Amino acid sequence: MSEHLITVKVVDRTQRIHTLQAPTDMGLNLMEVCKMYELPVKGTCGGMALCASCHVYVLSEHELPPPSEDEQAMLDSAFCVRANSRLSCQIRLRDELDGLQVQLAPESE
Amino acid sequence: MGMSAKYVETDVIIIGAGPVGLFAVFEAGLLKLRCHLIDVLPQPGGQLAEIYPKKPIYDIPGYPSILAADLVDNLLKQIAPFRPGFTLGERAERLERHPDGRWRVVTDQGTEHVAPVVFIAGGLGSFEPRKPPIANIADYEQGRGVAYFVRNPDEYADKRVVIAGGGDSALDWAIYLADKAQALTLVHRRNEFRGAPDSVEKVRLLAEEGRIRLLTNAQVVALGGNGALSHVTVEHDTQGSIRIETDYFLPLFGLTPKLGPIAEWGLQLQESAVVVNTYDYSTNLPGVFAIGDINTYPGKLKLILCGFHEATLACQSAFKIVHPGKKLSFKYTTVTGIEGLPAEKPASC
Repeated sequence: MSEHLITVKVVDRTQRIHTLQAPTDMGLNLMEVCKMYELPVKGTCGGMALCASCHVYVLSEHELPPPSEDEQAMLDSAFCVRANSRLSCQIRLRDELDGLQVQLAPESE
Repeated sequence: MGMSAKYVETDVIIIGAGPVGLFAVFEAGLLKLRCHLIDVLPQPGGQLAEIYPKKPIYDIPGYPSILAADLVDNLLKQIAPFRPGFTLGERAERLERHPDGRWRVVTDQGTEHVAPVVFIAGGLGSFEPRKPPIANIADYEQGRGVAYFVRNPDEYADKRVVIAGGGDSALDWAIYLADKAQALTLVHRRNEFRGAPDSVEKVRLLAEEGRIRLLTNAQVVALGGNGALSHVTVEHDTQGSIRIETDYFLPLFGLTPKLGPIAEWGLQLQESAVVVNTYDYSTNLPGVFAIGDINTYPGKLKLILCGFHEATLACQSAFKIVHPGKKLSFKYTTVTGIEGLPAEKPASC
């Protein structure tokens, strides 16, 4: 296996846990990897932090760069926002995030 | 545009006035086909206008970088000679066969469009308000207390109103209704607002004067009332649950695209996209084509670039449907230039 491969665990909305293998050398973000695995993440805006349809809760203690003002502003249009809420399109995958665990936030209707 | 025409006849009805729908007008115009666009948004441009007007796009051939809003403006200029019609702010609700064999598209406001050809260029669907995932929220919609738009501000005179959201529409309506309503509460999940700074300033001032009850670091989590809304429950980060008696709850969280009525039109669908034949992007309904992000086929990429190509090929088949038996000769615009379409005679009905 390539050394630039990490494991991310995603809890879906039915509490099922999915284990994803994600490369860290392709400039991917977490939303894109969820879509690659066909998890129910919409990513409507394509990853510009402009739609909040990839809202997740970060469950593990990994250190992530704080959300930008754009991401914060977009989280304003999300629902059930908590302290550990992030837009998964703004989480760029890197080696340090091996073992990251997130949970998909409820989908707005 | 002017007054909304309640009945429109044309050659091609285009559902969706995003970049691909707009460019279809150009390619159809070269073949002397008239087009009429329908869009649920009040302005043309689709996602480009609604989601990311200020973002640069880097993969439009010939433009190293172009702002989404500028691309829309350019497309509108490019299609102006072909005098497209627009039905804006209305959602295409029904697609059905006209008795004479053409297609009829009727909007949610009853505007009727008739043409031999329909292009569905609906992108991700029609933009609709984001609804909070509160289990019983639908019980209070349709005049029972919950509304996602302010249609008639007078409705809220001397009533108790709770607004939720942190963007411009939440702020603007909070300011406007603070004067009218008997009590106005604005609930927002954090202390910062993304709306225009002077609106934020105004809201804070009104809160200090006691004319708005401002609850930040809080979210509306539950609704209650027998038949009609009577209270909302707000969960505050530090103060816990707060119950607010109210007549209205206005969640103003912006718009999000949904496939909507298109799903009910008898089109072959695959994961919320319309299956097409890549020969001409025709659907399973004869005379109905799907172009841009709304369609799917093996190898599909959701790119504006690809949508432009799809629109161009669909127009070739559209011509044969509009003018059965007529031969179509292919011309380069560089050779022939652009010959616009004449203004339409005013409808006699």
